[in-house]
Amino acid sequence: MAVLDKSSPPRPAAARVAGRPAVRIGPFSVVWRPRTVLVLGIGLAVLVLAMALNIGRGDFPISVGEVLSVLAGGGDAGQRFIVMDLRLPRSLTGLLVGAALAVAGAITQSIARNPLASPDMIGFTAGASAAAVAVIVLGGGAVEFLGAAGLPVAALVGGLLSAFAIYGLAWRRGVHGFRLVLVGIGVNVTLTAVVHWLLVVAGITEAARAYVWLNGSLNGRGWDHVVPVAIALAVLVPAALLLAHVLGGLQFGDDTARGLGIPVDRSRTALLVVAVGLASVATASAGPIAFVALVAPQISQRLVGSARPPIAVSLVVGAALTVVADLIARTAFGATELPVGIVTAVLGAPYLLFLIARYGREARG
Amino acid sequence: MAEHGVLTPVAPPPVPGSLRRRRLLGLALLVAVLVVCCLASIAVGAKAIPLEGVWHALVNPTGTEDDIVVRSLRIPRTVVGLLAGAALGLAGALIQGHTRNPLADPGLLGINNGAALFVVTGIYAFGVTTLVGYVWFAFAGALVASVAVFVLGSVGRGGPTPVTLALAGAAVSALLAALTSSVILIDVQSLDAYRFWAVGSIAGRDTAVVGQVQWFLLAGLLIGLVGAPALNALALGDDVARSLGHSVLRTRVFGIVAITLLAGSATAACGPIAFVGLVVPHVVRAVTGPDYRWLLPASALAGATLLLAADVIGRVVVRPGELQVGIVLALVGGPFFVWLVRRRKMVAV
Amino acid sequence: MTQLHDPSPPAVQGDATVRLRADQVRLGYGDRTVVDGLDLDVVAGTITAVIGPNGCGKSTLLRALGRLLKPSGGQVLLDGKRIDRTPTREVAKVLGLLPQAPSAPEGLTVADLVARGRHPHQAWYRQWSADDEDAVAQALEWTGIADLAERPVDELSGGQRQRAWISMALAQGTDLLLLDEPTTFLDLAHQVDVLELVRRLHAEAGRTVVMVLHDLNLAARYADRLVAMRDGQVVASGGPAEVITEALLEEVFGLAARVISDPVAGTPLVVPIGGHARST
Repeated sequence: MAVLDKSSPPRPAAARVAGRPAVRIGPFSVVWRPRTVLVLGIGLAVLVLAMALNIGRGDFPISVGEVLSVLAGGGDAGQRFIVMDLRLPRSLTGLLVGAALAVAGAITQSIARNPLASPDMIGFTAGASAAAVAVIVLGGGAVEFLGAAGLPVAALVGGLLSAFAIYGLAWRRGVHGFRLVLVGIGVNVTLTAVVHWLLVVAGITEAARAYVWLNGSLNGRGWDHVVPVAIALAVLVPAALLLAHVLGGLQFGDDTARGLGIPVDRSRTALLVVAVGLASVATASAGPIAFVALVAPQISQRLVGSARPPIAVSLVVGAALTVVADLIARTAFGATELPVGIVTAVLGAPYLLFLIARYGREARG
Repeated sequence: MAEHGVLTPVAPPPVPGSLRRRRLLGLALLVAVLVVCCLASIAVGAKAIPLEGVWHALVNPTGTEDDIVVRSLRIPRTVVGLLAGAALGLAGALIQGHTRNPLADPGLLGINNGAALFVVTGIYAFGVTTLVGYVWFAFAGALVASVAVFVLGSVGRGGPTPVTLALAGAAVSALLAALTSSVILIDVQSLDAYRFWAVGSIAGRDTAVVGQVQWFLLAGLLIGLVGAPALNALALGDDVARSLGHSVLRTRVFGIVAITLLAGSATAACGPIAFVGLVVPHVVRAVTGPDYRWLLPASALAGATLLLAADVIGRVVVRPGELQVGIVLALVGGPFFVWLVRRRKMVAV
Repeated sequence: MTQLHDPSPPAVQGDATVRLRADQVRLGYGDRTVVDGLDLDVVAGTITAVIGPNGCGKSTLLRALGRLLKPSGGQVLLDGKRIDRTPTREVAKVLGLLPQAPSAPEGLTVADLVARGRHPHQAWYRQWSADDEDAVAQALEWTGIADLAERPVDELSGGQRQRAWISMALAQGTDLLLLDEPTTFLDLAHQVDVLELVRRLHAEAGRTVVMVLHDLNLAARYADRLVAMRDGQVVASGGPAEVITEALLEEVFGLAARVISDPVAGTPLVVPIGGHARST
């Protein structure tokens, strides 16, 4: 590095850079950002509390202490059944799905440099909806034949297919962010029309079932829903965190990013694969819980005060948001259980409006 | 690069002779196609009516079966399609101009979701089940939603800007959609009625529907078209528009009023119809260039043509049944839009 | 003495090494060819300024030298190796570039912006090493914006913002720098500031710089070597006194002008003859 050898720096070489204190252990080094750590800690605390409440509350209330004792292997048979077979897997599905959606949203928003570019907005999950509704409406015997796994598998395949179709159609000597969004809109509109058509030709019972699925629901989710999302997160979240350090460069636009030595097309493809994987698996498990992928990364970015949605914080915030929403959806309206997606929207929309009001300056231009 | 150019405002260039010729030719072609679509819309259907029959019914009706079909079913349906298509095309061009965003669609202002919530409420709480009954609920909902979006999008320090409007639109739409869903999920009968409204169709619309929305539509058309010169200035950016002596706020308020009237009445008459407002201005812009004095009327004509053509297609593809126009538009328009994105450099706004 | 229409630049005396070479490159966007069959050598330890009228292919050439644009014919060699076959991260350790009108995300602080210039030296586990911190601190000092480190980039004035971007390119720690119109949107004082900085980088840190400049007088004063382009061709290249001549200004810019000696630096100074200037 010529500049270090030949120049005569005005300050000693060990000069510190304001606003970027370091944590260095051996070959490892990161910028110490206390606000991020604080937000992460509070987010985790909220998440744990929400999980405990969500498992405890319901028609058959179980105190937090009892929940803990069941988890530790105690409790009576009834409590064990309710916690271990009903409420814990349901809450865990919510937690994992929320986390997956939020990470997927953080990635797509960073790549497209657009706060509205969540996976569902780009049409990455429209295929999942079309496939799931098709199975519900047309399936009949096929659903029973495939068993409980049929619906999520169809949704997963549909979601991945639509995502690859969008990516393939947007490819023309590299994938340009803007073209990707446009193609996504086109595909999204087409598949949404298919869903509408299916809803019209369906019998009313199937239409109602499809509608519940379309709103994103955690009703009746068990361990067979937890496992696939958990596996996907275990593989894809580390990948996202590893790839995250190129996101900062990608945000500058292609020329600057290439100048910094980022293989732009390869990085973007890898990141999109991760985002699509997360969003598809999450949607397959719980239906399209729309607002989480849009709002969780934006909330996280504001809380941390960073220039792009932070991956790890988004994960925790997305999980907490979904579990809290599920708690409300299950318990706030007496006997009626709303789909969780309705509650996330009702919670998330005012927050987005609050952001607009508060950060008017950001919206200029 | 072309894609980067999309968001950059482009000044209306001086009009060379070739561009003027292209515009006039395009306009003439458009009018011709529209006339053909109107005739097809009257002639084609479950009962095909030959052109002599159409002529007979239009000019010299004698009460034959064909005359009745034409005058009481086909013509009102065609008029609704014509008006709604024109309204949506124009509203799309207006909102893309006002937000300087080529991806904007009248739905951005929450109009579809507002209309949907009010229609569902009408069905659930007031037992409304007729198409004519839906119109007022839908129109009121569209109005409430777009006013809410505009007010919320204006509270930030910068006033109503394209980005705040888009964000407010997304937030309000999501909220309204969630409320709509809650009603539908509580009551299966509401879902049953709502799902047929939600696909967007002009089937079964009669003169009563036209009568309810026509004045709002005409007012919207007028306000929208009159704003063309101001929109040309706004395309150069708020600051340039101001320095040219335009009141940016007033222009934008009138623009939003026009969009609401147009898209609101179209949605009231037909249910939510996606895509006309998004894709029509794109295609039209390729012919007319970015001058709104041409773009706005041409978008209205092209919107009407597209909607009628899609409706006619919907009547023939799944005979003896019908495919709703909203579904046809999305099924055909979606792939077409993708093809357009791939094939050409998207034209600048 | 002007070397009109001479495609091969003059040999530089002594042990000069060619760092960056364009060899018969053809450049364009889609079907449109902007530059065809162009040769250019960038010699170690020089400041080269590319000049020419708008749309002559200056920025296109710079993008190709910085491997942002792949030539459809010919090749670009960095230290003798084809740049498009070298891993992009390896290139980024040797060659830094500042595109025209770069954009930063909302809310990014100056320190974070400059730190992102360290990307080629970082990995997921090494995000802020002592070397990184030194390089960033030094880059901020060089451009005199250390006291702005915690301010968001979008709140800076045009001159400050440009210096922040140059800092980022400096923090990259490359000894080759490509700058595309680094003085655009700056007032004269800030233009001089930026170019003085470039000169110090060259004199004190031995950087090799290639920049696109619009102002001929500043180009003549701050560059060792000028490359004049028109219609995608190199029309002349050499020292400022060789290139900036009345005949060349007429040929390249269609500008009627007198060239006198800069009373301060002794470099050529262009004085346009108003009223007789023809448009290109």
